[in-house]
Amino acid sequence: MAKNIKCNSCDNPATVHLTQIVNNQIHKVDLCEKCAKDKGVADPGGFSISDMFSGELDSSPGNENELTCSACGFTHADFRRNGRFGCATCYLSFETILEETLEGMHSGTHHRGKVPQVMLGRLKNQVKIERVERSLNDAVAAENYEAAARFRDQLSSLRAEEQSRSSLHSNQ
Amino acid sequence: MTIPSLIKGKSEIVHGGGGPIPIVLSTRIRLARNLRGLPFPGWAKVAQKCEILAHASDTLGDVHSLKSAKFFNIEKLSDTEKHILVERHLISRELSESNHSAGVLVGRNQACSIMVNEEDHLRIQLLRNGFELDKAWRSIDTLDTKMEGRFDYAFCDELGYLTACPTNLGTGMRASVMMHLPGLFISNQMERVIRAVNQLGMVVRGLFGEGSDAIGSIFQISNQHTLGESEKEILARLSKVLLEIVKHECNARLLLVESDRLKLMDKIGRGFGVLCNSHLLNSKESMSLLSLMRFAVDLGMLPEENRALIDRLFMESQPGHVQIRLTGDSGSGERDFYRASLLRKAFSGLPELNFDILLDQDFVKLFPEGL
Repeated sequence: MAKNIKCNSCDNPATVHLTQIVNNQIHKVDLCEKCAKDKGVADPGGFSISDMFSGELDSSPGNENELTCSACGFTHADFRRNGRFGCATCYLSFETILEETLEGMHSGTHHRGKVPQVMLGRLKNQVKIERVERSLNDAVAAENYEAAARFRDQLSSLRAEEQSRSSLHSNQ
Repeated sequence: MTIPSLIKGKSEIVHGGGGPIPIVLSTRIRLARNLRGLPFPGWAKVAQKCEILAHASDTLGDVHSLKSAKFFNIEKLSDTEKHILVERHLISRELSESNHSAGVLVGRNQACSIMVNEEDHLRIQLLRNGFELDKAWRSIDTLDTKMEGRFDYAFCDELGYLTACPTNLGTGMRASVMMHLPGLFISNQMERVIRAVNQLGMVVRGLFGEGSDAIGSIFQISNQHTLGESEKEILARLSKVLLEIVKHECNARLLLVESDRLKLMDKIGRGFGVLCNSHLLNSKESMSLLSLMRFAVDLGMLPEENRALIDRLFMESQPGHVQIRLTGDSGSGERDFYRASLLRKAFSGLPELNFDILLDQDFVKLFPEGL
């Protein structure tokens, strides 16, 4: 984990730490020198934290504490502190705040780049194999040997497919 | 392969491609990838990070094109060795500061490196000498596809590759080009360029990335956005911005020669004098002097064949590279002395600066012919 406090606006180390009271709540902001200058923090009269995080301060702090990732226990406060998520599932857990986080950060909010076809094909194959394995076990248990033979053939061709896929990609 | 052999060996950044050229020094593309179902390194427990490191180093060994690559466990490296990896742009400063369960796989010719447990589980990086965004993309895309045959990446259709920091979400791709911009730097135009580039969604950083100074007039220009555009669209946009910067740099150089010729001759002349005669040089000063000498080659004041030497000295005069030549715990004084001797020896052997070329030069020659 990052040792230094990071700027809330970019990823640089924060050197300016400001505390303001907005709606009777204490709000702290950590900024790097450049962002502090850009946002007018050098001129205390002209700067307000609520302007900077206009969207985020609207929700009450009580609700924020409840927003926690089901997979890794990462909280909204953790995200506010270091600007990074805890795990891939966080993107789902924090879906409600994701849009405002991504807005202005990128050229869009939908992925338009590379799709890992090889991996997706591989995973799909694995799911198929598991399904056929289950069917095979069921057929054997029910002493339906005709069906079992069919599933066994299916299984061996799926496994051969997986084998050829992995050797293709490791030898290229 | 050990760290000392890394220094002696060929490195893409110094020896690669069609040889060194003016303005654009090198191209780098990195992809951020994470493993499905595991917390990101910054949030993972030590035991999980150990597991990720072991899994990654084993699995990377199975990827055929990485067979001759060497894995370094960061924990087992000395501070000097870590410095060297940072100076050769094979690992980030962040990775060099991690105390446990982090590593890097360094490929043949040091063109490719894969960091494990940096901000993301895997950071794949490809370096190319010169301006080679397309080639670098093709190579890293191929490698990444081979890796998906082995690793289960965290990916979703809508958001793309899921990364620890949402600033890398989507393609997970950061493409950056290292540029030598003495013309814009000397004529104090860099701030203006940085602002304009920022408005185009690109970022300008110093030699060692985030938060580093612009040592030796070297700047890294990279894409800021990773989501909402395809990799090729991002690269095309970056490429356009870079060509624009090259144009401005050429103009700045022309202007310097036209209007500040004597000052420029004096600056380069003095720089050469210091390199030939000094006995103590810190790394910052040596970088800015070497930058001037690279500029002198661009201007034709030094023969073109010396460019490669200057680029090599850029690397060899950095603190880690100097430290490893010295014994034990030598201080900065010894390093400065060693560095000065290294540079004195190199520059005393060079021909004298050709100042005449600036006096009757056809200025158009300053423009590089293609990139």
